[in-house]
Amino acid sequence: MAHGPAKGFSRWLYTTNHKDIGSMYLWFSFAMFLLGGVFALVIRAELFEPGLQIVEPGFFNQMTTMHGLVMVFGAVMPAFVGLANWMIPMMVGAPDMALPRMNNWSFWILPFAFAMMVATLFMEGGGPNFGWTFYAPLSTTYAPPSVTFFIFAVHIMGASSIMGSINIIATILNMRAPGMTLMKMPLFVWTWLITAYLLIAVMPVLAGVVTMMLMDIHFGTSFFDAAGGGDPVLFQHVFWFFGHPEVYIMILPAFGIVSAIIPTFARKPLFGYSSMVYATASIAFLSFIVWAHHMFTVGLPIAGELFFMYATMLIAVPTGVKVFNWVTTMFKGSMTFETPMLFSIAFVILFTIGGFSGLMLAIAPADFQYHDTYFVVAHFHYVLVPGAIFSITAGVYYWLPKWCGNMYNETMGKVQFWLAFIGLNVTFFPMHFVGLAGMQRRVPDYNQFFADFNMISSMGAFLFGAAQLMLLYNVISTIVSGKKASDEVWEDPEGLEWTVPSPAPYHTFSTPPPIK
Amino acid sequence: MLITINRLKAWLFTPALLLLSNAQAIAQEAERSSINMPIGVTPVSQDVYGLHMTMFWWCVAIGVVVFGVMFYSMIVHRKSNGAKASNFHDSLGLEITWTVLPFVILIIMAIPATSSLVKLYDTSESEVDVVITGYQWYWGYEYLDQDVKFFSRLSTPQEQIYNQAPKGENYLLEVDEPLVIPINKKVRFLVTSNDVIHAWWVPDLAVKRDAIPGYINESWARVEKPGTYRGVCAELCGKDHGFMPVVVKAVEQDEYDTWLTERREAAAKIRELAKKTFSLEELMAQGEEVYNKACVACHGVNGEGGVGKAIAGSPIATGDIAAHIDIIVNGSKNNPLMAAYKETLSEVDTAAVITYQRNAFGNNKGDVVQPIDILKFKQGK
Repeated sequence: MAHGPAKGFSRWLYTTNHKDIGSMYLWFSFAMFLLGGVFALVIRAELFEPGLQIVEPGFFNQMTTMHGLVMVFGAVMPAFVGLANWMIPMMVGAPDMALPRMNNWSFWILPFAFAMMVATLFMEGGGPNFGWTFYAPLSTTYAPPSVTFFIFAVHIMGASSIMGSINIIATILNMRAPGMTLMKMPLFVWTWLITAYLLIAVMPVLAGVVTMMLMDIHFGTSFFDAAGGGDPVLFQHVFWFFGHPEVYIMILPAFGIVSAIIPTFARKPLFGYSSMVYATASIAFLSFIVWAHHMFTVGLPIAGELFFMYATMLIAVPTGVKVFNWVTTMFKGSMTFETPMLFSIAFVILFTIGGFSGLMLAIAPADFQYHDTYFVVAHFHYVLVPGAIFSITAGVYYWLPKWCGNMYNETMGKVQFWLAFIGLNVTFFPMHFVGLAGMQRRVPDYNQFFADFNMISSMGAFLFGAAQLMLLYNVISTIVSGKKASDEVWEDPEGLEWTVPSPAPYHTFSTPPPIK
Repeated sequence: MLITINRLKAWLFTPALLLLSNAQAIAQEAERSSINMPIGVTPVSQDVYGLHMTMFWWCVAIGVVVFGVMFYSMIVHRKSNGAKASNFHDSLGLEITWTVLPFVILIIMAIPATSSLVKLYDTSESEVDVVITGYQWYWGYEYLDQDVKFFSRLSTPQEQIYNQAPKGENYLLEVDEPLVIPINKKVRFLVTSNDVIHAWWVPDLAVKRDAIPGYINESWARVEKPGTYRGVCAELCGKDHGFMPVVVKAVEQDEYDTWLTERREAAAKIRELAKKTFSLEELMAQGEEVYNKACVACHGVNGEGGVGKAIAGSPIATGDIAAHIDIIVNGSKNNPLMAAYKETLSEVDTAAVITYQRNAFGNNKGDVVQPIDILKFKQGK
């Protein structure tokens, strides 16, 4: 095999190799994660005490907006695509992704999209300041001029996601090794297959809604302008028709990751494999018919309100099935608690807590009190941070020895876990309290009544931030100077990825592996 | 620390007591909790609180079972304890059980939620109707068929916000003119907006309604206890989203009637004042007050500008008077952020603020604009 990677920068620019592209996605998303984290720390620093100390309200709004956009589109989504690139071909016994050139293209447009979006912060009038949900008319008639760049950036990110999804679907459906039937695929592959369909379904809707904004801003239409006969509530319907499946896009692959890790460290097969697949599909289906639970206070008719309340409550059923399956997988196992397992267990516990507050939010009359308060902020950070961030971190520790051939330092990994775990809970748990007590979201200042918990949250946030720097240190030191890892890495793990050497060669499965 | 043991106890035991005894009696005694939702002062808010606590205890119960099994396995079934792994990985019976059981629990939860929602949505047979309009960044209140209309702005001084003065108890939760409503009457709120989307929220009333341009959303409250109830704008509405609180004063019927009469007479007096002629000093003093309420957020304390253009040396404030009146009365044609003030400022206030802008911040034009000029302008000369 003389066909190795090219030298220097052109290796990364021209590469069509799924492992190279996967690594680039992961590094890019980590960079965005740190940037989004810096925005979050600006928010938490301002909220450390009542009064305006560090930033002005206008800039504060840009920080909340950019934090959300960068974390959702820049950190979580590309990280999952990176993991998909690295792992899916190896998990299904394929030599590479089905559409390698498009793979290169879907990565390389991302840095440009984010460079443009972040550049808006330096433009006249500032960057997007209307929240990551960019409700019209605040984001149209009343937006800063830079909104046009924001719209273009969202278009590019959407194109990247759609191309990535097409690639993943094509790979999974066409490139499996002979004998790898659909119901033999690892759950990570299954959850990504379903996620990719969700992405293809809703990314065009996002593109549609930002295009309507563009028309309103520059071409005199009135989609969302009541004065011209348009409808601001239409914006919210279209946005959340994208937005709700989007939150599952950020959680389904996470389900796949912990479903790989928990059985390995419980030394026991995943309990209820097929029910896990059906539960994932049910969640994906339900995600399309619950969007208006984000809009309980906009004045929906009562029939609509009831429908969306019942449908939302239903999501608890398949989600519960998943949690019960993970717990039963652990039951009567022979458990050890290496770093990936710690992150996965924290995922199950904290995600379930986020699920509980989600169930409370589903109750429409109670949502009239919760809506747009810190209770909601606590809820979605409890599902997203342990959900997406912890599962990605777990995946990184779990597969890093396979990627780079070196074992990470277990003690350092565990220290990093506990820092992140404590930081997360100290940051987000008090938010439940201030939200219930009456503090609304997206404000730079508050009454002294909320001061204690806000100060605690801010301290937790800085601890959580420090934990992420330690993750970076752990990963780099593993790559540079980690001990050599074995091919199997863990004790008898399930999956084709463990049958190839560590580090995984540049090309794997040029001939299909036998499937038992 | 605000969390005293007593509060923690109150938080843990109120729900249990609530189920056993009269909800209202507890609502009277309860102080404001720093970790839980207020029980509130309306039948709906007490309902909502009950729902919230019921859901909370369901979640606790489920959590205890799930996490219990999980921690049991983590402690007992660990390799270092010599646990040998079993190999079971499927059980149709279990899967069906934990699909059906949650479904049944959900139905039990949905029944009271549905009946509360129906109550919350029933805005019929109201006795007082108030139109609430959101503006960037204050609220307008208009009592239907009462000829009473006013605006309610944050009254916390800038010095407190910028830490140059100690913060008052109701920091950021105080306004110049609260909404006044009678107790034990069904008050209907008709909520709309003049610019972007806002949300009118008072936790003690369990009322949160989005204020959306082009829509009129309805909600209602029957307050059972006189008092001052404080809330906020809950929907991100731009720069000063955090600085447009809601204050509702619930009073006895006769006090409410007196207040209404006073407001009506005051409105008549303001209309009368529009025909009076004022001195430059009077207009400057009044104008400074108006400027600090209505203009300062965008145009700066010294007219230096910010979100809005600078007033100091501005071509409008130092140019043609008619154009200056026009932009304040009708707003800017090019920039929606510069809103029209024809509804929100009286003739006297408009004249005063224009006079102030033309003479303050070193503009020193020496012009005096009288309320009658504004009245004439509004009537098309």
